[in-house]
Amino acid sequence: MAEFELGRHLYRFPGGLKLRHHKQIACRDPLTPAPLPERLWLPLAQHQGPAGECLVEPGDRVVGGQPLTRARSDREVPIHAPTSGTVEALRDGPVSWPPGGQARCIVLIPDGEDRFEPLDVPEDWTYESTDALIERLRAGGLAGLGGAVFPTAAKLRGEFPPIRALILNGSECEPYISCDEMLMRSRPEAIIEGARMLARATGADDVVIAIEDQMGEVRKRLNAAIRAVDAEAPIRVVQVTTIYPEGGEKQLIQVLTGQEVPHDGLPQDLGLVCLNVATAAAARDILIDGRPVIERIVTVSGPGIRHPRNFVVRLGTPIAGLIAAADGTTGAIDRLVLGGPMSGLPLASDRIPITKGSNCILALRPEDTAREQPVMPCINCGECIRVCPASLLPQMLYKHLVADDFDTARELNLFDCIECGCCAHVCPSHIPLVDHYRHGKGVLRERGIEDARAARAKARFEAREARLAEREAARREQREARERRLKDADRAQDEVRAAIERARARAQKDTGDAGDNDA
Amino acid sequence: MSGVLTALVVLLALLLGIGLVLRIGAKRLAPDEDSVVERINAVLPQTQCAQCGYPGCRPYAEAIARGEADINQCPPGGETGVRELAELLGREPKPLDAERGETKPPQVALIDEDRCIGCTLCIQACPVDAIVGAARRMHTVIEADCTGCELCLPPCPVDCIDLVPRPAPFIWPEPDAPRRSIPIEVRHG
Ligand code: SF4
Ligand code: SF4
Ligand code: SF4
Ligand code: SF4
Ligand code: SF4
Repeated sequence: MAEFELGRHLYRFPGGLKLRHHKQIACRDPLTPAPLPERLWLPLAQHQGPAGECLVEPGDRVVGGQPLTRARSDREVPIHAPTSGTVEALRDGPVSWPPGGQARCIVLIPDGEDRFEPLDVPEDWTYESTDALIERLRAGGLAGLGGAVFPTAAKLRGEFPPIRALILNGSECEPYISCDEMLMRSRPEAIIEGARMLARATGADDVVIAIEDQMGEVRKRLNAAIRAVDAEAPIRVVQVTTIYPEGGEKQLIQVLTGQEVPHDGLPQDLGLVCLNVATAAAARDILIDGRPVIERIVTVSGPGIRHPRNFVVRLGTPIAGLIAAADGTTGAIDRLVLGGPMSGLPLASDRIPITKGSNCILALRPEDTAREQPVMPCINCGECIRVCPASLLPQMLYKHLVADDFDTARELNLFDCIECGCCAHVCPSHIPLVDHYRHGKGVLRERGIEDARAARAKARFEAREARLAEREAARREQREARERRLKDADRAQDEVRAAIERARARAQKDTGDAGDNDA
Repeated sequence: MSGVLTALVVLLALLLGIGLVLRIGAKRLAPDEDSVVERINAVLPQTQCAQCGYPGCRPYAEAIARGEADINQCPPGGETGVRELAELLGREPKPLDAERGETKPPQVALIDEDRCIGCTLCIQACPVDAIVGAARRMHTVIEADCTGCELCLPPCPVDCIDLVPRPAPFIWPEPDAPRRSIPIEVRHG
């Protein structure tokens, strides 16, 4: 394994963009809880993986913190009741993924009492085994709160080399998104305590919290919180230069270690685990307060929002309620975006609920969306290559994709694209490059699924043919054996008959002889 | 005299040697029957529906390799499948043989478990063992294994099997590609 000392020296990743921040507009007000809506819509699957098994039925009364689904493996993430109330229905509702699509949701009507029943917590987590800790985090529904909602348990244990260092990502560098900054300002102790727990669960003996260079205030608070505890592993705060997309996992690792995460590999292959700061704070809430992941901080911002700010939001709250709590919009809204302006997903409806991965809601006015610009042919200017943080050739990918040559796009490492949007941002021809990459990835993924299905059908068909042939052979064997036996039996009978005949003939001859003798 | 004899012997040896080399070479160069069938089979969709007139994809692949079957007999493969076969075999593509059936979007079988009488006839018909159930118990289709071949429909005595569309994964829509060439106005003068 390669040697490096985390964050002692800061390296650069290729490409990237310096963007205007627009973060402070949502940080002027302190964090406030968002009002509870009339109905909470909780998608059974909070990430792109499989959903857990549903544990409730319409009509059930639940209390806050009660599990609503159960995870059957580390790849599934259970969800919990965000407040007390009644399950009204299991119904399809609009969700952010797939775009414009629907997914099965548990619809919960809060009873207004907000009763809460904590999960079982260990008396002293430092005495728990790592597996027991991970089991508790999994039961608490912990997943990557940075946006990807990757199941944390699957990140902490698996078939990979021992983990040496834990990186907590607090350097969300996309404009407008400030939920992590607000968390680090308001709950630094929770992050540090969570960092100790996650270090323990991974076996890491080095912890680095990466924040952006202009977060001086945050640095002070985190350092104060570090000094206040007697941590087992050293915890350090490192400030990284704000270049978009530095908050990307692979880019942050490259900045801190100078090493690239291997092509189809994981950070774990380098002995690293990278988690969001909010995930660390949530780990602490599970293990100390017995509070599963039932709420998160959401930035509601953008030029279309009258009073941009950060809310603590119960999961399942429809976006419309948050926009209303931010004093509504400034006028006509052209687009709602989940995430940031560079890599966010356009939303089809403001009825879409907040899930574990919803970090930011942006409202854009017609004048903010540059959609009206006509798409022109690629002029081979190379701007996109210069800014690509994944060292790809965006214009080549694009050319092969529009020619439906998906295989070549794959060979040009299409799947290394992190969909950061830098290339499309600088393209003078206004080509929606990222949409082409998303389409290409979708086509290739589907092909992979179809190929796997065909291979399975082929194997099963051949196994069945072999089985039938074997059975047929066995049957024929039996038949032939029977025929042989029958023939044998015939022959035996013939022989017996012949013997009798012979005996009779001899007897006749004897009696004849005797007669002759008598005569 | 002995010189002529030597020449004859050498000539004979040479002829024999060349013949041998040619024979071995011919054997080497002959197309490997198996691998041709394998490659044809790899292009076929593996639905195993027998619409091509053969009891499965591999038998059809073998028939094509023998030169006995045409390349346009597989409805699940559709026009794309015919094109791929044509490319593989270096032939001209042709339209799908419409009499064999139509190309349908992916589907899977679904058994109405309340009506199933557990006769096991569908199990015997399924080419990929995608149905489970014991005699006189209700039967179920394993969705991940079902190819949607429809072969289980005819034998069912109570008509309790339906084919439903297989949910397709979401694919991000392709943005309208820009015009790939700049239109040039032709001026007449
Ligand atoms: S979106 Fe993909 S191709 Fe474009 S700059 Fe980002 S990583 Fe590179
Ligand atoms: S930036 Fe746009 S125009 Fe320039 S090479 Fe890339 S795709 Fe082509
Ligand atoms: S028609 Fe059906 S059995 Fe024949 S090759 Fe096509 S999929 Fe296979
Ligand atoms: S269950 Fe029916 S449709 Fe599905 S593979 Fe088996 S026979 Fe074909
Ligand atoms: S053939 Fe029809 S009734 Fe018989 S076991 Fe299959 S589904 Fe049930």
